[in-house]
Amino acid sequence: MSLQEELQGPPPAKLIVEHVSKWFRQKRQTVHALDDISLEVAEGEFIVIVGPSGCGKSTLLDIIAGLEKPDKGQVMADNQPVLNPGRHRLVMFQESALFPWLNAFGNVMFGLKLKPGLRNSERREVAKFFLHLVGLEKFMEANVHELSGGMKQRVALARALAPNPRVLLMDEPFAALDAMTREQLYGDIQRIWEKRRKTIIFVTHNVREAACLADRVMIMSPTPGRIREVFEVTLPRPRDFNSIQIAQHASKLTAALKGHAEHDAVTNA
Amino acid sequence: MRRSLLAILFFVSLVAIWSAIVRGQIWSPVLLPSPLSVWNYVLSAGRDGTLFSASIVTLRRLLSGYAIGLAIGLPLGLLTASSTFVEDTIGVLALGLQTLPSVCWVPLALLWFGQTESAMLFVVIMGTVWSVVIATDTGVRTIPPIYARAARTMGSRPFHKWTRVILPASLPYLVSGMKQGWAFAWRSLMAAEIYVTILTGFGLGHLLHYGRELNAMDQVIGIMLVIIVIGLLADKILFSPWERFLHRRWGTGKR
Repeated sequence: MSLQEELQGPPPAKLIVEHVSKWFRQKRQTVHALDDISLEVAEGEFIVIVGPSGCGKSTLLDIIAGLEKPDKGQVMADNQPVLNPGRHRLVMFQESALFPWLNAFGNVMFGLKLKPGLRNSERREVAKFFLHLVGLEKFMEANVHELSGGMKQRVALARALAPNPRVLLMDEPFAALDAMTREQLYGDIQRIWEKRRKTIIFVTHNVREAACLADRVMIMSPTPGRIREVFEVTLPRPRDFNSIQIAQHASKLTAALKGHAEHDAVTNA
Repeated sequence: MRRSLLAILFFVSLVAIWSAIVRGQIWSPVLLPSPLSVWNYVLSAGRDGTLFSASIVTLRRLLSGYAIGLAIGLPLGLLTASSTFVEDTIGVLALGLQTLPSVCWVPLALLWFGQTESAMLFVVIMGTVWSVVIATDTGVRTIPPIYARAARTMGSRPFHKWTRVILPASLPYLVSGMKQGWAFAWRSLMAAEIYVTILTGFGLGHLLHYGRELNAMDQVIGIMLVIIVIGLLADKILFSPWERFLHRRWGTGKR
């Protein structure tokens, strides 16, 4: 693959989650984490999965990544069953999973070095390109501990984007950041998504975040984790996190989440 | 600048106190020689080459034993951290043997290998290996699991994961374990050299031993000082660069 393609070409991707169920066996009890989850993600789509903590949304993401195996059902990526983690589906984690023994540039290079078919000079070009894309070209040599929380997540984003994965999986990537930094990153992620047209599955408990970023929002409820409702968000981009339309969508999502929670409380009682 | 001046002042006053005590003639000069006579011994032993050749003999034993100890201890530590079977067997053995003072290996080594270099080497290796195993094991267990998860999603396979993620991630523990291993190797070697007379080379420990036999306190203290200085230099040369790297990358060590 040429350098030009590396930097531009949007790879085709389609992801299908088919009837996935998962149980966690603990000493005293078995927790039903996911129940018959099915989901189709079109290429270049931005999916946000919203749910209260403990609803299994991170587990679902781990299964899509190949880090966990489903007990029932399967995940198909580009018509291939997902059996192991692989660089076509990169994960950006909530806490900084940056490697402290490498600097910012080294962290972005880590995934690129695992990608065959590139010359080392090209890998360096790609790493620089993505650090530039997230606005950190001046911090390439910075050590991880010298970066602020927002900068760390930007490096993590660059690291996840650089090997040009077909799907980007984001596990509450902005949850630990302060509000100002987070809003900046919503802008960044939308700008980058417009440019790169990645297929993104984004997990959060923040409804406003969901409304601001998603093409489609999946509402999940816990014990067992199920997808209860799907919302389309058709607002034009870039979307302003503080706009009234986003707030309206967010309150719809909140109402839906609450409705399911109340319904579950009644049926479980 | 100020820091080094203060440090120099400290050591100068230590020597001054020492020589003041000698002048006061509280203890017999046989038991407490003056700094000058110790210095003279070190100078003369340095000039006739005994000090140099003894240091070479000692350092050769130390470095080879230490290197072998690391080569055994590091992989063993990785194994105990990754397999419950090895943890329950070798891990327990390592924990037990680590508490055994390394001098305790000397009688066994003498009976097994006789008065040979092999006996020396064996004692140094036994002094090094177990603390390196324990430190490596602790280091690997302390790494946040998210590093390995992140690496796996980027396509890292087990061998790559161990060499490029687990090992560097546990570096802070590895370096302190290697430092501890070095100190244990140094101690066990000195013990071995003091107790074991072998004809294939006189090390610093032997010089110390003969100093005692000859009641030559200037030699005893002189050799002790040389041992201290070598230990300090080894620390600065072998470990300081690593520690500086760790402090820079991890942002630790600041006050």
